Amino acid sequence: MKLLDALLGRAKPVKPNLDALFAIPQAALTLQAGGGFTPTGVGAVCYRANEGAAFATMQTDVRQLLDADGGPAVERCEDSYGFTWLVCRQPPEDVSALVTELHAVNRTLEDNGFGSSLLCSQVGFRGAEGETLGLVYLYKRGSYYPFAPRPGERRDNALELQVRGLVAGDLPIEPDLPRWLALWGAPGLS
Amino acid sequence: MARTRFQSDRGLTVRMGLVGFLLAVLYLGFGAYLVYASGSIVFGLVIVVGLAWAQWYFSDKMALASMRAKVVTPEQAPELHGMIDRLVALADMPKPRVAIADTDLPNAFATGRSPDHAVVCVTTGVLRRLDAEELEGVLSHELAHVANRDVAVMTVASALGLLAGFITRWGLYFGGGRGRDRNGAAAFLVIWLVSILVYVISFLLTRALSRYRELSADRCGAFLTGRPSALASALVKISGDMARIPTRDLRAAESMNAFFFAPAVRSASLTGLIATHPPLEQRLEQLAKVSAQLGRPL
Repeated sequence: MKLLDALLGRAKPVKPNLDALFAIPQAALTLQAGGGFTPTGVGAVCYRANEGAAFATMQTDVRQLLDADGGPAVERCEDSYGFTWLVCRQPPEDVSALVTELHAVNRTLEDNGFGSSLLCSQVGFRGAEGETLGLVYLYKRGSYYPFAPRPGERRDNALELQVRGLVAGDLPIEPDLPRWLALWGAPGLS
Repeated sequence: MARTRFQSDRGLTVRMGLVGFLLAVLYLGFGAYLVYASGSIVFGLVIVVGLAWAQWYFSDKMALASMRAKVVTPEQAPELHGMIDRLVALADMPKPRVAIADTDLPNAFATGRSPDHAVVCVTTGVLRRLDAEELEGVLSHELAHVANRDVAVMTVASALGLLAGFITRWGLYFGGGRGRDRNGAAAFLVIWLVSILVYVISFLLTRALSRYRELSADRCGAFLTGRPSALASALVKISGDMARIPTRDLRAAESMNAFFFAPAVRSASLTGLIATHPPLEQRLEQLAKVSAQLGRPL
């Protein structure tokens, strides 16, 4: 099939893998026990907003759906790369609720045919000394990687590698290090 | 069941398949004829296929050298790298190297023998003229070329056309010089004439294939970013500017045309048949269709 696709010049958009998100609560427990990281209760989904009415309608719908539970309102912001973030907040101890909200966003996008526009999801953690750590989920790879931003667009690579060792049993970790893409200024990670 | 808005254009696929099929038939026929008519041609075949192979294998280095483009690190061009990082994550493909060519000609191209060895190059002219969203559209078009393996496909498609061209140009010199008997010389004349015919047909077919692949890359790129209009406005900006640039400046860029984003030759001087890129109107029309497709409720 790959040869045929190459011959006919029709590389297809990659389908996202959504269900691996539910592995996060387990990893959160491991991070807390093994590294002293506590969830911040903030998570976000990053996607590419398509042009046209269909996408705008869906975006409004998903926010209404998530705000219907009476919890903190879902926030929407756009970053300098033109990608949109939907930021969900839940009590820090309830990681499952946060993951369920993130999953609902993904599901809605996919059901409306925009699954290929999903870039990543991230869930925020804070270390014992206040250091920031994000677990980033790449939809197209179905894999996770840690992202530890430090002031001045630097990353704490040592911490990231340490976290990789910690959660490797709970999450599929992205083996290809160049794909550990930095997310400067991601909501909840600063 | 996951649903997607991505639809492949059946007509485009069929046309491309047909052109590819015709090329294959033409080459197989020509190859069989050559082997039947003369054994000495095998030497030329080896040379030309070898050259085509080298052209494919070193395509990234040759293209960068001929454009005097430099590969840039994330520190040197953070915005450009950041943009490409996101796009390759969205498309799940290996990140190509990024190069910038210091020329005012607004253009971009992708080259390299495989997605793992690809280079995406933009000129400073394109960086200066386009805003972030348009630039992203252009980059997604180039990344689509990489994902579709257009360099490899176009090299294979044109390799035997090159052989025919080689015989057309040098065949008489070699064949005529060594022809001891009248029969041999006559046979070679026939080979020469057939080669001319094959060369012309394969030239037209590869150009048609190139146009289809441009349309295909436009389409894939537009679906990747979800903003076909941004790519359309980039095309208008680039082509509009391009038409005003004097041809004298463009001659150096001539050999690069096949993988350019928009052809660097004045479009008025080309007829539709031999153009490497489809006309602007056709590209805009297709992007408008994609835009309508994205805006419809599913």
